[in-house]
Amino acid sequence: MTEAIYVEGTVRPDEESVTGMSEAIETDTTETETAPFPTKVKANNVDAFYAEKQALFGVSLDVPENQVTALIGPSGCGKSTFLRCINRMNDTIPICRVTGDITIDEQDIYDPAIDVVQLRARVGMVFQKPNPFPKSIYENVAYGPRIHGMAQGKADIDDLVESSLQRAGLWNEVKDRLGESGTSLSGGQQQRLCIARAIAVNPDVILMDEPCSALDPIATARIEELMDELRQNYTIVIVTHSMQQAARVSQRTAFFHLGYLVESGATEMIFTNPEDTRTQDYITGRFG
Amino acid sequence: MNTIILIIVLLGLTTFAYRYGRRKALTSVEGRVANLHSLPSYHGAYVALWCGLPALIVVALWLILQTDLVERMVLSGISDGISGMTKGQISLLLSDIRNLATGDITSRTPSPMVQAAAAHYVELQRLGFMLMTGAAVILTSGGLYFGLKAIQPTLRARPQVERIVRWLLLIASVIAILTTIGIILSLMFESIRFFGQVNPIEFLFGLTWSPQTALRADQVGGSGAFGAVPVFAGTLLITVIAMIVAVPIGLMAAIYMAEYASPTTRSLVKPALEILAGIPTVVYGFFAALTIGPLFRGAGESIGLSVASESALAAGLVMGVMIIPFVSSLSDDVINAVPQSLRDGSYALGATQSETIRQVILPASLHGIVGAILLAVSRAIGETMIVVMAAGLSANLTANPLEAVTTVTVQIVTLLVGDQEFDSAKTLAAFALGLVLFLVTLALNVVALRVVRKYREEYD
Ligand SMILES: Nc1ncnc2c1ncn2[C@@H]1O[C@H](COP(=O)(O)OP(=O)(O)O)[C@@H](O)[C@H]1O
Ligand SMILES: [Mg+2]
Repeated sequence: MTEAIYVEGTVRPDEESVTGMSEAIETDTTETETAPFPTKVKANNVDAFYAEKQALFGVSLDVPENQVTALIGPSGCGKSTFLRCINRMNDTIPICRVTGDITIDEQDIYDPAIDVVQLRARVGMVFQKPNPFPKSIYENVAYGPRIHGMAQGKADIDDLVESSLQRAGLWNEVKDRLGESGTSLSGGQQQRLCIARAIAVNPDVILMDEPCSALDPIATARIEELMDELRQNYTIVIVTHSMQQAARVSQRTAFFHLGYLVESGATEMIFTNPEDTRTQDYITGRFG
Repeated sequence: MNTIILIIVLLGLTTFAYRYGRRKALTSVEGRVANLHSLPSYHGAYVALWCGLPALIVVALWLILQTDLVERMVLSGISDGISGMTKGQISLLLSDIRNLATGDITSRTPSPMVQAAAAHYVELQRLGFMLMTGAAVILTSGGLYFGLKAIQPTLRARPQVERIVRWLLLIASVIAILTTIGIILSLMFESIRFFGQVNPIEFLFGLTWSPQTALRADQVGGSGAFGAVPVFAGTLLITVIAMIVAVPIGLMAAIYMAEYASPTTRSLVKPALEILAGIPTVVYGFFAALTIGPLFRGAGESIGLSVASESALAAGLVMGVMIIPFVSSLSDDVINAVPQSLRDGSYALGATQSETIRQVILPASLHGIVGAILLAVSRAIGETMIVVMAAGLSANLTANPLEAVTTVTVQIVTLLVGDQEFDSAKTLAAFALGLVLFLVTLALNVVALRVVRKYREEYD
């Protein structure tokens, strides 16, 4: 995807809106329809830079509670960068700088008074490639609660490990082999272990960055089911490059392009009746 | 000198052969490389190998064999004069002849016989050189002619060149292996002779080490006690002290470099640390003997401790400093090899950097760190110069680091620089000690490499 998109993109004759970038930005961020779910995460005018290179341009997005919000867009458009703003993982990249406001439950997460350790306990993250620690399954799940001092004594931790694995749909498969290494599991199981590990610190929000891209279709289906169950208790933001996945699992979808948030709204709307031609081109597979 | 010129000329001819072969291959297809079976450079290499290789092999063999042959011929020329001499006298005579022939100063005014022999020697050498040059010239030009004649578009130059190169590589590796085997065999052979004189049980478990034996039967001297335990204990003590210094400092330096330092700092600190490994050990040795040893002695005296001026502590400490880069550099590589995704996973759960290092990074790189430490231990055990200069010679069986101890390597050095006959138990003991040392470091290295390799398999 390059500038050529604008030239080649089929512009409907009765629509002359897609002439340039600036116009597109003005139309993108306003959401008119009222969501039945309260806003959990609110991003307002977020810019992100890697050294001199700007990766996000004035992104504003509301993420509703107990919904799955999918971030879609061609690769390199800034989806991961935006996701990593929400738990401040970008702080771990020395050259990365983020400006703008992000609030969770109306609390500014970039406020100096906020401890990033606490924030990351509230906002869990699951990565593209399953990354269990080379420890036992049990220790993988117990890691977070131990760090945050969330459990007193072994019985507490045992309970937490069991309930987290149960919520991640992994308990029945591993309950007899909790002492085995997390890396000995299959890819799909490893990813569910990573979800259990995130759930164990009792977060409000779970961020998932292409969680299924390293998995086979069956393992993918398993994780997608799980996401649907998890959204009863958590707010989920998922980056995916699969349009079908976004359509299957999410209630809300946001389309990113070249660092701009082009359009966001209810998933059916985005997929059946997008406002922006770039969105339309992307979901009909014309680029990306 | 002449030989060097000859070899340079041969190499020059070989280069010429390469160029010429290449050009001939190109002209044979009028520049259309696609018509050649192999690329022109392979044709060049083909001719060059024909031209240079046989001649260089002959020159090398000639140089190896010539001296021996010439000496034999010289000696047989004066066989009358040396008929009554012992082996030792003959070899002295021969070295006189050699010295005279090469123009070095001789120990005595040469006798007429020696002078004649020397002249014979010079004569034979000159003849040998001329023959060698002749052979080389014939082989080179013959090879050049043959190689060039073989060149045609269908010549399968590449497979043939590659086969020869493969043989050369094989020979190189075989030389390294054969050398090792040779060393092991000679160690074993001499050790067996030693164990013929001294009971192996006594050697391995005896508590007294006093290798002085009487030079002559009527002499009053040490009776010779070859219980090596004090020597092993000394090595162990110094190695432990060295590791106590090197492991924590090296590991912490590695953690700093891998996890905390900015790329610029790391690119400065890492080479700076590695310089420590490049300092000649003899420099560490006199640093330990002349600076650290007296320092400890003085410090000990001022608080009423008696510290030997050649203490295990001084030697171990300095050795530890020398070994720091072995631990730090390898550990740093291993820690760096821990995938970033594990760090991300830990940070995303709200772990701080130090929690991540202690609970994720170090456990994940433990195998590699253990491997690094084992390699450092084997380096410490085999280290010689520092202990020769700073640890002393007295074979005390002690765990007190303030006393002087001796090590396996120090004993080997002192046993071999003595003026005993070569087949006395004293000299042979050095081989037995060497064998033990070799087996221990070999075992450590094998274990360490295993451990490191196992770690490597875990992520990739
Ligand atoms: N660690 C980084 N350092 C420098 N540039 C980065 C880094 N991560 C991402 N970028 C750049 O930021 C832009 C957005 O990247 P990213 O958010 O990973 O895109 P996406 O996840 O949508 O594929 C890309 O142009 C990428 O090159
Ligand atoms: Mg991404």
